[in-house]
Amino acid sequence: MSIEGTNRADWARHAGWGRRAPWTSAIRRALRDAGVAFGAVIVLVVALTAIFAPLLVPHDPFAQDLSRRLVPPAFMQGGSPEHWLGTDQIGRDYLSRLIYGARISMLIGLMTVIASGLIGGTLGIIGGYFGGRVDDAVLFAITCRLAMPLILVALTAVSLVGSSLTIVVSTLGLLLWDRFAVVARVATMRVRALDYISAARAAGCSPLYILTREVLPNIVRPLAVVATLEMALAILLEATLSFLGLGVPPPLPSWGLMIAEAKDYMFFSPWVIMIPGAALFVLVIGINLLGDGLNHILGTDRTA
Amino acid sequence: MLHFLARRVVLALLVAVTVLGISFALTRLSGDLAISIAGPNATSEDIAQVRKNYGLDRPLPVQFADWVAHAATGDLGTSYFYKGSVSGLIAERLPVTLTLGLTGLAIALAVALPLGILAALHEGTLIDRMASLIAMIGQAMPSFWLGLVLMITLGLNLQWLPISGTGSWQNYVMPGVTLAFTGIPALMRLTRAGMIEALASDYIRTTRANGLGPASIVLKHALRNAAMPVVSIAAVQFGFMLGGSIVIEVVFALHGIGYLGWESILKNDFPVVQAVVLFLAIVYVGLTLLADLLNAMLDPRLRSS
Repeated sequence: MSIEGTNRADWARHAGWGRRAPWTSAIRRALRDAGVAFGAVIVLVVALTAIFAPLLVPHDPFAQDLSRRLVPPAFMQGGSPEHWLGTDQIGRDYLSRLIYGARISMLIGLMTVIASGLIGGTLGIIGGYFGGRVDDAVLFAITCRLAMPLILVALTAVSLVGSSLTIVVSTLGLLLWDRFAVVARVATMRVRALDYISAARAAGCSPLYILTREVLPNIVRPLAVVATLEMALAILLEATLSFLGLGVPPPLPSWGLMIAEAKDYMFFSPWVIMIPGAALFVLVIGINLLGDGLNHILGTDRTA
Repeated sequence: MLHFLARRVVLALLVAVTVLGISFALTRLSGDLAISIAGPNATSEDIAQVRKNYGLDRPLPVQFADWVAHAATGDLGTSYFYKGSVSGLIAERLPVTLTLGLTGLAIALAVALPLGILAALHEGTLIDRMASLIAMIGQAMPSFWLGLVLMITLGLNLQWLPISGTGSWQNYVMPGVTLAFTGIPALMRLTRAGMIEALASDYIRTTRANGLGPASIVLKHALRNAAMPVVSIAAVQFGFMLGGSIVIEVVFALHGIGYLGWESILKNDFPVVQAVVLFLAIVYVGLTLLADLLNAMLDPRLRSS
């Protein structure tokens, strides 16, 4: 916390606001730690589920059984222990589809972050390091990207090229780099002014060497925080695109697509949209909690 | 000030033209438009005919220049599907999207401002933590799912609100709340940060020393300064909300601009898609420009940079 911040806290305490008893700060720390741990557990569980999906599923997620359509989950009235989370509108086991859906979400999240991180990171570092006209061009690119309506452009791209996992990843990767660029640019500008960069330059190192060996390792922490945020966003966007019918193609069990396919039945059996939606919500909140914790642990919240 | 204004306007125009170029390239380079329009059962003569009728046989730069020249005069072409003018279609659908966007923004501000102020006043306490948890939940909630859940609970189970249609103000409550959720996290965090900074400043210490009560300090002095970045972000956020309203319009079957865009994508009606992308981009660029100017007007320090 900065010096002004401490002053303010003192002053506010005198003013009678934000009175902070010792125990509240302990609770706060415990809550934050609990939040990070909670987030880490969620992400780990989903990641393991995604990796070992074929070993975990009780049924074939693609096998239809029209005689057993919309069976409710086992814990509800009329449920059967054979299908823990029930079956969908064409009799596919919901739990098995949910498990395979974790694969799609994690895959899309990771691949998109790699692609957009490469694009945005490169642009941001170049703009921040070289400054001047180069930086103007990078800023212009960021502004243009922000002016493009994200969902509409992604939908258009997918509808034109045809929907597939690869297309969704490339489209999102090409669209979600703006925050990487913004953060990399600012972090690079800060690093560029430091002595060791001048030393490297004086020693005759090439710009490429300086950027990859001196600048990059020193800006990787804020970029890691951005990566968690973007991964969460990519997962939500994939679900949105799939929900709108222009994301992952059926019969793949994307959580967004599961909601879209079950939508017509939601008034009679609400669980058909509750289950995949809750899965999506929990995964995204887990990633965000992890990112929030990372932000505090790495100390990037104080510099940003 | 005039120099600043001119620079910003030129930049905004450049951004608009670039986005236009990209969206144009996107629809032309990613496949043969004529084949999409002619449909799956078309013969090669049909496709050739479509290509000729729609002017798709001309070189790309010529097509682009032609389209831009027409767009500049307000003529956005003719819809392949509706057979009417695209500008007319957009004008017809605009009120729904604007109503939805403004409702969403109003609800978002009504929630985010008090929450942000409260969090700032109790910085670092449980209340602050709860507020940031609410922001995080808002960020993680898939908006289409929230819309469906609201429809089931408020519409079907409690029967408080109509599930679809655009007849009365009640039709905009659920979509408005859903849309507001997408804007609340950013607005709340910014209000909180702005208030914390304002409360720490010297002039607040002065008002405090002068014996003003907490309510007067918070509302009259601190908030006024914290509001500046919030106003400009609210303008930008409004642009994002209009762009994001596409999902909510589809969920609630509200026939606004976003719905039109979605429909046209599914029908390969590209003049409409291009126009909607252009429209949303211009609205966003316009709002950002407005926010910049507003900030420069309120804070002379920004004008020099």
